[in-house]
Amino acid sequence: MRNYILKRVLILIPLLLTVSILVFLVLRLGANDPAMAYLRLSRIPPTDEALCAARQLLGLDRPWAVQYLDWLWHAVRLDFGNAYVTGAPVLARILYYLPNTLYLAGVSLLMTIVLSLPLGILAALNKDRWPDHLTRALAFTGVSMPGFWLGFLLVMLFSIRLGWLPPMGKGGVSHVIMPAFTLALMSLCINIRLMRGSMLEQLNTRSVLYARVRGLSERRVMGCHVLKNSLIPVVTAIGMHIGEMLGGAVVVEMIFSWPGVGRFAVSSIYNRDFPVMQCFILMMTMIFVFCNLAVDILYAWIDPRIRTGKGPDACI
Amino acid sequence: MHLIKTLLRRKLNWVALPLMLLFGFTALLAPWLAPHDPEQVDLSQRLAAPGAGHLLGTDHLGRDILSRLIWGARVSLGSVLIIISLVMLLSLVVGCASGFMGGITDSVLMRICEVFLSFPTFILAMFLIAVLGMGMTNVVLAIVLTHWAWYARIIRSLVLGMKHREYILAARVAGTAPWRLFVRHLAPSILAQLLILATLDIGHMMLHVSGLSFLGLGVQPPTPEWGVMISDARQYIWTYPEQILFPGAMIFLAVMAFNIPGDTLRDSLDPVIRAEEV
Repeated sequence: MRNYILKRVLILIPLLLTVSILVFLVLRLGANDPAMAYLRLSRIPPTDEALCAARQLLGLDRPWAVQYLDWLWHAVRLDFGNAYVTGAPVLARILYYLPNTLYLAGVSLLMTIVLSLPLGILAALNKDRWPDHLTRALAFTGVSMPGFWLGFLLVMLFSIRLGWLPPMGKGGVSHVIMPAFTLALMSLCINIRLMRGSMLEQLNTRSVLYARVRGLSERRVMGCHVLKNSLIPVVTAIGMHIGEMLGGAVVVEMIFSWPGVGRFAVSSIYNRDFPVMQCFILMMTMIFVFCNLAVDILYAWIDPRIRTGKGPDACI
Repeated sequence: MHLIKTLLRRKLNWVALPLMLLFGFTALLAPWLAPHDPEQVDLSQRLAAPGAGHLLGTDHLGRDILSRLIWGARVSLGSVLIIISLVMLLSLVVGCASGFMGGITDSVLMRICEVFLSFPTFILAMFLIAVLGMGMTNVVLAIVLTHWAWYARIIRSLVLGMKHREYILAARVAGTAPWRLFVRHLAPSILAQLLILATLDIGHMMLHVSGLSFLGLGVQPPTPEWGVMISDARQYIWTYPEQILFPGAMIFLAVMAFNIPGDTLRDSLDPVIRAEEV
């Protein structure tokens, strides 16, 4: 197990380096001149001298490779430069907003897991009866629902019509319910279907048949054989959900005026504040990559076939 | 033919398929169907209630909502169609090159795919748009660049799975030229699978396009686009809530109309893909 984890962590190093090079190159290849954006945001008239001075200040007159290495050297020491708009260190700003986003995404993930497992199990155990039809219809509706519409519908119902929940901002528990549900719905619905499918698949395996033949109680069959194994695909999918949620959080934060990092990033895009965007995408990618690593390790821990390198077929 | 039979066997498709066709025709015939010019501003008529002159009322600039919804279908479906075709093209080239050539080409291409797959899609798309500039063309570009890698990997595994099937081996033993082998024996099967995958993804891509537009990064006003319309209407949520209801319902129905048949077709996918998808 330790070797497996080590191997997975080592692969990440070249991957993240390539990611950073790609981000750097895209920024430099773009049609926008960072020096120009810097001048505009600092309210300096863009004369030729001012442009020259700004290029020198930002180090844009050096070769790309030097610029990249210099940037990387600072980045590994957690210095992502200063934002053009405020002049404050970018990382500090991002870290200021990040906990709010993680809180939102965390509650959503929790909602997804807590709601999808029982609903998926319920649907599987009542296959082709009304609980199954109902949850499937719900899941179908959910995956087609645009988050930015659902958010407003919830506001209309629960804030405007009923006055139960606050329509925007961050505060107590009541503030997080609607944003988190809006963010969770897509993953929730995908997960319900996944859980149902994998549960049905497990119910049909020979090991379950054998357990029943041995006369084990239904509770034991479900708990020890069916449930444990049918959780495997659901666990793997969580990594994917986290990626979706990081992106979806941007939209949700805009709808509910949630003071998260996504809203901050969107405003930096409007302003063409390049250091902020660069730091934002790298942060989000790191979170995504590390969450996926955690999921992979969890997966290997549940299913020993993965870490020993023998495929699922090895057991048949 | 077989696919159509599979589709019609499920009752939900009896609703979804006509809806899909309806959206298709609306997109195609938008200039003739729309009762008004979707971009015509008439401030004397702003925020008019649904009535005889404007069937669904007007927005905050007095533009006819029905006409904007109709033209919105064209923007939405049109952009997704272009995105899907470009994604297919790019991933087909990369996936086949990777699967066929193997060796260094394969490992280099797959490493590149891995890098693209390690970004959260929506955030990478946002970033690309931030750099390239806002607007329709760049939305298309950004979504293509964020989605091709996943397809390329699937196509590669399809090619690898097929390379050793007996009919391909037989064709090779018979001395079929490589390109002919590809065009005659591999491409049809790969394309059929790809088409199903694409149907599955159309709804998802629509949500991406309108989501980016909602953030103000995608299609720019005054172009009638559903996401932009929701974003425009949000300030009237307390006073004119129906402004948000109509465009949202369009997105929802359109995405659903494509998701339902896509889901039915999922079961007829090659087992190789189904394994990859989970």
